[in-house]
Amino acid sequence: MGRYILNRLFVSLITAWVLVTLVFFLIRLLPGDPFLSEKVTPEIKANMMKYYGLDKPIHIQYATFLGNLLKGDFGYSLRYKNRTVNEVINQAFPYSADLGIRAVIFAAIAGVTLGIIAALNRNRSWDYLSMFIAIVGVSVPSFVIGPLLQYVFATKLKLLPVSQWKGFAYTIMPTFALSLHSLALMARLMRASMLDVVNQDYIKTAKAKGLSPFQIIWKHQIRNAILPVVTVLGPVTATLLTGTFVVEQIFAIPGLGKFYILGIQNLDYSLVLGMTTFYGLFLIAANFVVDIIYGLVDPRIRLAR
Amino acid sequence: MQTTGNAVTKEMFEHVGKNISQMEAIARPSITYWQDAWRRLKQNKVAMLGLIIIILYTIMAIVGPYMTPYDYRTTNTAEIDQPPSAKHWFGTDTLGRDLWARTWMGARVSLAIGFLAAFLNAVIGVIIGGISGYFGGKVDMFIMRTIDILYSIPYMIIVILMMVVLGQGIMPLVIAMVVVGWLNMARLVRGQVLQLKEQEFVLAAKVLGASHSRIIFKHLIPNALGVILVNLTMSVPSAIFTEAFLSFIGLGVVPPHSSWGQLAYYGIQAFRVRPYQLFIPAFFISTTMLSLNLLGDGLRDALDPRLRS
Amino acid sequence: MERLLEVKDLEVSFRTYAGEIKAVRGVSFHVDRGETVAIVGESGCGKTVTVQTIMRLIPMPPGFIKNGSIIFDGKDIAKLSEKEMEHVRGSEMSMVFQDPMTSLNPTMRVGAQIAESLIKHQKMPPKQARERAIEMLKLVGIPNAEKRVDQYPHEFSGGMRQRAMIAIALACSPKLLIADEPTTALDVTIQAQILDLMRDLQKKLNTSIIIITHNLGVVANLAERVLVMYAGKIIERGSLDEIFYNPRHPYTWGLLMSVPTSELDKSKRLASIDGTPPDLFAPPVGCAFAARCEYAMKICYERYPEDFTVGDGHRVACWLMHPMAPEVKPPVGKGVTLS
Repeated sequence: MGRYILNRLFVSLITAWVLVTLVFFLIRLLPGDPFLSEKVTPEIKANMMKYYGLDKPIHIQYATFLGNLLKGDFGYSLRYKNRTVNEVINQAFPYSADLGIRAVIFAAIAGVTLGIIAALNRNRSWDYLSMFIAIVGVSVPSFVIGPLLQYVFATKLKLLPVSQWKGFAYTIMPTFALSLHSLALMARLMRASMLDVVNQDYIKTAKAKGLSPFQIIWKHQIRNAILPVVTVLGPVTATLLTGTFVVEQIFAIPGLGKFYILGIQNLDYSLVLGMTTFYGLFLIAANFVVDIIYGLVDPRIRLAR
Repeated sequence: MQTTGNAVTKEMFEHVGKNISQMEAIARPSITYWQDAWRRLKQNKVAMLGLIIIILYTIMAIVGPYMTPYDYRTTNTAEIDQPPSAKHWFGTDTLGRDLWARTWMGARVSLAIGFLAAFLNAVIGVIIGGISGYFGGKVDMFIMRTIDILYSIPYMIIVILMMVVLGQGIMPLVIAMVVVGWLNMARLVRGQVLQLKEQEFVLAAKVLGASHSRIIFKHLIPNALGVILVNLTMSVPSAIFTEAFLSFIGLGVVPPHSSWGQLAYYGIQAFRVRPYQLFIPAFFISTTMLSLNLLGDGLRDALDPRLRS
Repeated sequence: MERLLEVKDLEVSFRTYAGEIKAVRGVSFHVDRGETVAIVGESGCGKTVTVQTIMRLIPMPPGFIKNGSIIFDGKDIAKLSEKEMEHVRGSEMSMVFQDPMTSLNPTMRVGAQIAESLIKHQKMPPKQARERAIEMLKLVGIPNAEKRVDQYPHEFSGGMRQRAMIAIALACSPKLLIADEPTTALDVTIQAQILDLMRDLQKKLNTSIIIITHNLGVVANLAERVLVMYAGKIIERGSLDEIFYNPRHPYTWGLLMSVPTSELDKSKRLASIDGTPPDLFAPPVGCAFAARCEYAMKICYERYPEDFTVGDGHRVACWLMHPMAPEVKPPVGKGVTLS
């Protein structure tokens, strides 16, 4: 396990390094040097100089850039005086994280459950129903499902608040809209995995021991079938967190997505790049955590030296 | 134990010997892999429905804009935000542009981006994955480590970064999606090639002096084609989704061009007053993705040799 | 000796989209207490389906028992409910499978896998079940059992896993142990160890064993009686000595000739049986082996042979045994000794 963790940590650090280096060079590819165009106020120009060290040779710039990131400093806005990316993140990320975490948990629990129900009722109506929900969920984007939910449950039925983020009732539709895709993906994966495991020899061994169907399913089938599903938790988290951009926009949630889209509209490149870097690093870290969880769940990895 | 009804006579014990040819004649008639796959795909009604819808949308993307006298770019302040009517079949947008024309022009862009990006990803993925799996060793090691690292950076993050740098538009969209979009296919093809290259027919080709490129492209890739095709089909909807997502956050196709994602983006601004402006493009995005996913599922079932019986 | 298992006219089929596969077509045999019976035949002959039916492990549907009875210890297995069957499996009869690499649950400790059936059938508290699991591991010859009990299958070698499988199977002291090709997936040296272990344990515990194999060498080591199966029927049966030294069915000859022996002339090639077993969608009317049999006669293609008794408990379903049949000199028999 120790070696596995070190290995994953190493890969994650390399990945993070590749990402930030990519960002560094992409900044230099931006059309028309947006940092130094005349529209920028002197204060902002000063900020940029300080942060990127634009007057220094490129390797110093690179070192400054890496150093800033290591200090957890993601840079400045190009449009607003003295607004740092960190301030934006501090202010808005808690909302995005709240929504994202809710969605990950809901997608994982509901998706796995749906997959189990489908697999246990293979080729019966429950299976068809679950898989119909799953394929619709995979196919309908959140920016379609979100407004649809708003239209039905808020505008027409008046059961739930249309938008904003002020309490549990406000979280229901955004969470559902955000998680549906991942939920459906995990349901399909879990079903396939369950059907794969049920044909494994050790299930026959369990049956030959005289265990009841419930014991076999619970102790032998689900435990093994869930392993491949854990591996997609990392990518799923990434999909969900980037998906918040859209869902926050639809439900007027004051998360990072709002600033992100605003930044894009204002051509505030340094804000967008700073937030993207933050997201990228956060997701690499999340992936690392998922890898560790996987290692803990699978004894073949946990006990390996 | 078993008693025979009729009497047993001496001549019945005449020696005949074995008859293996007759035995093998009973074997079922052989059909090729692709014939069998096509037969099973045709039986899958849901997948066929998906295929028909995709063909229908493609035809409409070609002829749809010409079915109405309105141009997709022409604004008309006299007719803004019209609901669907006999005149404007899908209504008009806030600038008075005809949404029927914009929807099918958008279909051209969305479908073209989806298919083009998926196709380019497949080509690059097959080449890189094929090389990696076939040559193995250090080449494989290097390619796979690179893929592992690129794979760990969330796909959307890279696409967004690329879009910020490349600027908006159709070609930047395709390029951004292709930069890291091939990773999946490369992994898949590498796995297939690793399996296939151990088999006898590859060895036979090598013994006969076939060149590397001939073995890769004539022997290995055709045998991995089923898996490649399924993955390709499945990656079209995700490319269409990516386009829609980017257009929706303002990083995709810019007016006067149109795409389904962009139509949805403008549709959402006032969708509680004029829901049709959102729901029409939303309907097409969703049904296209649904059809492609159903077709992909059907292809996977049809091409999976384990299910062949 | 007392009868433990009596299988009568068992017919098992599978419904598939292409029609009914008749996997077992009227099989009758018995196993006495403390006896070891071997079922031999090539893959697809119905031997695995037969024993899995005895434990009711075949998936139903598509499988179903078309006809026949399985009397085990006074109960008709074919008629028990699923719930009643749970109390028979693992407790009164149990099974060891072919591939120890895949037959153990990879995410569960070996000890827990042994303890499971003890907790279920003997209502043992978990602590005691663990103690018993350690004892079982010692019994099957796993050194360091106290440590091994908490390990996972991937920490065991192939041979050790099969020992663990045997420990699982024997945990509740079943009356019948079914071993389905228990050594096929193992290295040759390990094979002998596992067979020795099974023989020792049988003496110690007086368990009846049905062993399935396509390897006659395995039979020679273990079995007292041999049933030879072909295309869903038993075509020859008899004591170990009768089958080895006085085989009568051409298929049995073929099987015996395909066993490598130490005395085999090195210049001679190991014999194989040409062709493949018949399609069980539409089994032939006559003897299913006729098409592969160089001694086949007209009648063989037309009628299924009756069982001819050729010795004490030695019965053969072959028309060559008929008085009207021509004399045939068996190519094997007395000369063959097995390593």
